[in-house]
Amino acid sequence: MIRFELPALGADMDSGTLLEWRIKPGERVHRGQVVAVVDTSKAAVDVEIWSEGVVDELVVQPGQKILVGTLLATLHPPEEAAVLPSTATAARSAAGAAALAAAPARAPEHTLQAPTDAAQPTTATASRRRWVSPAARRRAQALDIDVEVLTGSGAQGSITIADVEAAASGRTVTATPGTDRMRDMRQAMAAAMSRSKREIPHYYLHETVAMGTALDWLARRNADLPLTARILPAALLLKAVALALRRSPALNGLYTQSGFEPSGAVHAGVAIALRGGGLVAPAIHHVADKPLEQLMRELLDLVKRARAGSLRSSEMSDPTITVTNLGDQGVESVFGVIYPPQVALVGFGRITARPWLAGPTLQSMPLLCATLAADHRVSDGHQGARFLAELRELLQRPQALDPAAGAAMTSRAVA
Amino acid sequence: MSAPGLVSRDAVVEVLRTIAPEVEAAALDNLLALRHQVDLDSMDWLNFLIGLQQRFGVEVPESDYARLVSLDDLLNYLHDRASQH
Repeated sequence: MIRFELPALGADMDSGTLLEWRIKPGERVHRGQVVAVVDTSKAAVDVEIWSEGVVDELVVQPGQKILVGTLLATLHPPEEAAVLPSTATAARSAAGAAALAAAPARAPEHTLQAPTDAAQPTTATASRRRWVSPAARRRAQALDIDVEVLTGSGAQGSITIADVEAAASGRTVTATPGTDRMRDMRQAMAAAMSRSKREIPHYYLHETVAMGTALDWLARRNADLPLTARILPAALLLKAVALALRRSPALNGLYTQSGFEPSGAVHAGVAIALRGGGLVAPAIHHVADKPLEQLMRELLDLVKRARAGSLRSSEMSDPTITVTNLGDQGVESVFGVIYPPQVALVGFGRITARPWLAGPTLQSMPLLCATLAADHRVSDGHQGARFLAELRELLQRPQALDPAAGAAMTSRAVA
Repeated sequence: MSAPGLVSRDAVVEVLRTIAPEVEAAALDNLLALRHQVDLDSMDWLNFLIGLQQRFGVEVPESDYARLVSLDDLLNYLHDRASQH
């Protein structure tokens, strides 16, 4: 039997509410498939499964509050016969102990809705910052309610089933779950950040990086390109961080009970400010291996989805380092709090023109303050300094950050 | 692709609201810096310009960003560029 449990969704999220299933018993699932949607204080998370199998039983019902590690469903490997119901029932009672009290009155409504159109892509709702939960959208269709005119009472004004049903019966939702969600988010974040400050002996470094060459290169590259192919400095910085980390493995990985485990791949958590307050830092995976244009596309999509309140469980659970960019808000530098169990955070401020000495010549130069907050249990200032120096040097050779584009230009020149 | 839409304040604000749904048309000042009023970061700005391109068929080169500060700047720019087509 394969046990499908609620995966970890980051240090500041230990529970959620099952919104809906995207699978049904008897269905074959594949690796990476979104099988459920779980509501958390920060976003509605599309939960992926990472094993192949056939669904035996959905143990938890929509509306139930669940903890990380709760058994959600049982499956069997595709080549085996179905598990006997008695086994699944035993599993269910175990899960019942782990699950918190079911949300009152809401659960029966959800269970009536068979997930018949599970293939509907979640990105369809991502073009708006105001998020309509898929369950609420479906309920609205059934009740012939226009969700676009509703006022949401969920996180960031997202529209919940309660809002739809209230509209159908001519009521408004008088409770203020939005406020509760914000309070939950702040409490969870406070707990994670307090743990970070308590357990992680931080050290901080900062380095000024001349960005003239990199910005000129970006401007030339973007000049002839359509909007959708343009690259912002944020994507260039992300790529440079990932490449610089190749020589600083002590900054990229997770610190667990058994000590530090470096990560071969760089999954960069990107800190994204949410409308109405709060912060989420979902991962872009394998940053070092991706061409700039792909990174830029993924970054735009991630920001859009994070602000619309729709993320994937793999994005929440596995960043190996965090990058925060406060340049747009206008501050010159940011010294971050490390997000446990990670061991480092890279911060970027605003790029500003300042007087700069190039040899004996005084000139105007766009400058960027890059900072590193890192964990003294794993690395020290010398290693951290080498990382920032490598980052600085990589940004002086921006074309080397985008070998794909370089190759394309060369082949054009040859042709 | 469908024919580009007519440039109007309402239409531009409608595109803006796909990025920042809380924006109220009446509360926007035509002469003040738009990105400051609406708190658009560089990702939002790029998504906004992509939305305008899809709506009005006007591609804004990066070198023109500096001219587009207020809503009026943007409307004049879109009027001029849309009429060249």
